[in-house]
Amino acid sequence: MRVPWKRPRVLPGFGLTLGYTLFYLSVIVLIPLSTLFLKSATLGMSGFWAAVTAPRVLASYKLTLGASLAGAVINAFFGLIVAWVLVRYRFPGHRLVDALVDLPFALPTAVAGIVLTTLYAETGWLGRPLAQAGIKVAFTPLGVAVALTFIGLPFVVRTLQPVIDSLEPEFEEAAASLGASRLQIFRRVILPAILPAWITGFALAFARALGEYGSVVFIAGNMPMRTEISALLIITKLEQYDYAGATAIAVVMLVASFVLLLAINRFQSWSIRLTSD
Amino acid sequence: MATIVGVQNRLTAGPRNLTEPFAVRVVLTLVALAYLLVFLVVPLGAVFAEALQKGWAAYVNAVREPMALSALWLTLLTAAIAVPLNLVFGVAAAWAIAKFEFPGKNALITLIDLPFAVSPVISGMVFILLFGRQGYLGPWLQAHDLKVVFAVPGLVLATIFVTFPFVARELIPVMQAGGTEEEEAARVLGAGGWTTFYRVTLPSVKWGLLFGVILCNARALGEFGAVSVVSGHIRGKTNTLPLHVEILYNEYNFQAAFAVASLLTFVAILTLVAKSVVEWRSSRRTDVLSEPRA
Amino acid sequence: MSIEVRNVTKKFGDFIAVNDVSLHVPNGELVALLGPSGSGKTSLLRIIAGLEQAEAGQVLFEGEDATARHVRHRSVGFVFQHYALFRHMSVFENVAFGLRVRPRASRPDEKEIRRRVMDLLKLVQLDWLGNRLPSELSGGQRQRVALARALAVEPRVLLLDEPFGSLDAKVRQELRRWLRRLHDEIRLTSVFVTHDQEEALEVADRVVVMNHGRVEQVGTPQEVFDHPATPFVMGFLGNVNIFGGRVEGGRAILGPLHLDYPEHPHAESLPAAGYTRPHELEVDRAEGGGGGFWAALRYANTAGAVVKLELATGDDRLVHVETTREQYELLRPTTGERLYVRPRQVRIFVEPGKGLPPPSERVVPPK
Repeated sequence: MRVPWKRPRVLPGFGLTLGYTLFYLSVIVLIPLSTLFLKSATLGMSGFWAAVTAPRVLASYKLTLGASLAGAVINAFFGLIVAWVLVRYRFPGHRLVDALVDLPFALPTAVAGIVLTTLYAETGWLGRPLAQAGIKVAFTPLGVAVALTFIGLPFVVRTLQPVIDSLEPEFEEAAASLGASRLQIFRRVILPAILPAWITGFALAFARALGEYGSVVFIAGNMPMRTEISALLIITKLEQYDYAGATAIAVVMLVASFVLLLAINRFQSWSIRLTSD
Repeated sequence: MATIVGVQNRLTAGPRNLTEPFAVRVVLTLVALAYLLVFLVVPLGAVFAEALQKGWAAYVNAVREPMALSALWLTLLTAAIAVPLNLVFGVAAAWAIAKFEFPGKNALITLIDLPFAVSPVISGMVFILLFGRQGYLGPWLQAHDLKVVFAVPGLVLATIFVTFPFVARELIPVMQAGGTEEEEAARVLGAGGWTTFYRVTLPSVKWGLLFGVILCNARALGEFGAVSVVSGHIRGKTNTLPLHVEILYNEYNFQAAFAVASLLTFVAILTLVAKSVVEWRSSRRTDVLSEPRA
Repeated sequence: MSIEVRNVTKKFGDFIAVNDVSLHVPNGELVALLGPSGSGKTSLLRIIAGLEQAEAGQVLFEGEDATARHVRHRSVGFVFQHYALFRHMSVFENVAFGLRVRPRASRPDEKEIRRRVMDLLKLVQLDWLGNRLPSELSGGQRQRVALARALAVEPRVLLLDEPFGSLDAKVRQELRRWLRRLHDEIRLTSVFVTHDQEEALEVADRVVVMNHGRVEQVGTPQEVFDHPATPFVMGFLGNVNIFGGRVEGGRAILGPLHLDYPEHPHAESLPAAGYTRPHELEVDRAEGGGGGFWAALRYANTAGAVVKLELATGDDRLVHVETTREQYELLRPTTGERLYVRPRQVRIFVEPGKGLPPPSERVVPPK
């Protein structure tokens, strides 16, 4: 129902709050962001294209995309298990574990960055046994994936928990009365019901990982063409005063994130429509 | 994302009598715990282990070192400015969105979610583009001898950009859930605008508000990427605590880096505790409200 | 397959939901578990299904102890109050579910599954909706799909938990009769839970009336309605007028009612109550043969198939009488007019535990 602007409103403060909100957003968000597009436009179409497809830049896309995907996939798999265990089972220390899942949200990325690097370096607690098995983590793309797994961990778990928790028992009971085994019930009844939330959690973890900087930049090693993420490349260009080049890459990253988030939003409202009676 | 309109606080979920066989449950639980151990517990412990590797005295020295202290001060100052500003914004935006209908509301909500879609590096970069020496407003600032980037104002702006959604995002669903009837009733009874807000709206959303402030604060204290771009890393002047950690680490002064990092980790742990408490208190309150009177 | 429940007790913490209940359901019968909320009927049903574990007692199917058997091996069909249809599957897939999850060895092939599902959908008259999703169906249609789904696995027992509770009154009535006809056709041992006495009396072969975790009475609908064993059964199964008082010396003195009660000739006075249904009372202008009392007409509701009268005695006790349209037209009473109320029969329940005879009916002779 579209409400005309002029209708007198019962509750006060509409003009004040909306006005302030828009003002704040403009100053903090819209104007700064617009400079991004303005600056990259100065390159012109061909200059822009050259900037965003240079070999070093392409290599950074590959690394960022690949490692983000890997992290999101690992989190999807293990996150499902964690969410299920936290909702359905009880064990000593359950509350503590549940609270701990939010650590990657609360911990500053720089701290995460340095501790993961120290742990997975060849002299580190986890790095040493892995090195003996022939696996190098720090300063390789694998290290980037590990950091991005850490960063995205809460997303899958937290999106799945409420959904699993609100599954009504009748569906599982009905399936059991019809002769289904526990595994069949999971595959045919539970999984389809939680699939939208699972995909959403995965996508959110992926989106977050794409733009991540602080937790990655220490463990990556930052070798151009090999272990340089796109976000770092932007900073490098900034330090070289190649503002236009930096903004070009930033625009690409922004567009990718927006598209992803838009897709997530659309997907969420579609799945809500599908599952409501 | 992590809102408190979340998981119910029942003892167990799922059908009462149907569950996986015991062996399966044990395996799943162990796998889940192992995953969390490797990715969460070990790093958490390692921060403190590394910080204390040269003993308690070295730890205290690193924390009390003047540069570290000034970084701490700057971090606190930044948060002290950013969080209240974002609080006011969050309340205003939530009020406008939750209690009114207007065209473009959805676009506004998406706009508020923006920082979550933007890499922190980009968040910092836009301020350089705007206020840097070669930026759009650079010459004007230089003419008036004002510094934004590579100075404290830049840090504050970048921090505000990155953390402004938190309060709004927590508050909007809570305010929406509250509906408009109570406020309308207050108006009918003759209450003024501010009175309605203080006495009717605020008490019913206080947990959501607190939650949002906690998250906003945690992020403000710990922000690294955006601030790193904007600050210029000038020790003693534009170094926040996370940036100081980076500098120490890059100088191979690992023990000091972890010592300072441990301070931030304490804050993170406090944030988790506060979050749990708020979730517990708010769900307890709604349980009490929804129980039928005997 | 017959069902026997032996001394089953179920507790939830300190609350005793089912209190030492024993029951026998012969093969092919349609039995109703009737009672108010908290009476234990749903818990009992779920224990029979295997969805709950009892603290004590046994459940036997055709004489075999099934108490330890998992629900999936009990061969029971269960229909839930809110249907529990799988939202992401079509009607066809819902009904086919039980057949698809069979172990490889006993799973029918695709053609066979198709045949069986369509037969069942035809049986519930929904064969034209096979491709729809549950969200596209009405409540009554969903419940019929749920029934078809439960029948698909050829259960030996059908259990229904308030199957019509979520439906509108009209749909509920239609589906109720439809269920009865279906049962007559397939003759599957069925137990259904309801709190609606009209439903139980209309549909079931036998009714089990439960209260506070215990069985109050088991009998045919006729039996429990006409010959209730306890005051609770009588009150629950229909409207009643209750006249409290005592019996002594061969007389029952129940408020305004004074009747002969030879069952208790002793001088010792015992507390008792007389129960009569509104349609068992007559009103007239004259006293006729006696055995009744005078009351003033407070209110007459003439809208409906029967006329409902509300009268008040001298001590402001309210009495409800139901009479036919014809009787009312003959009488034409006015509000406030004094009328004589006479019971055709009264069921007198005496305080239990005194070694006295069970509740007896006093039939007051007609004038």
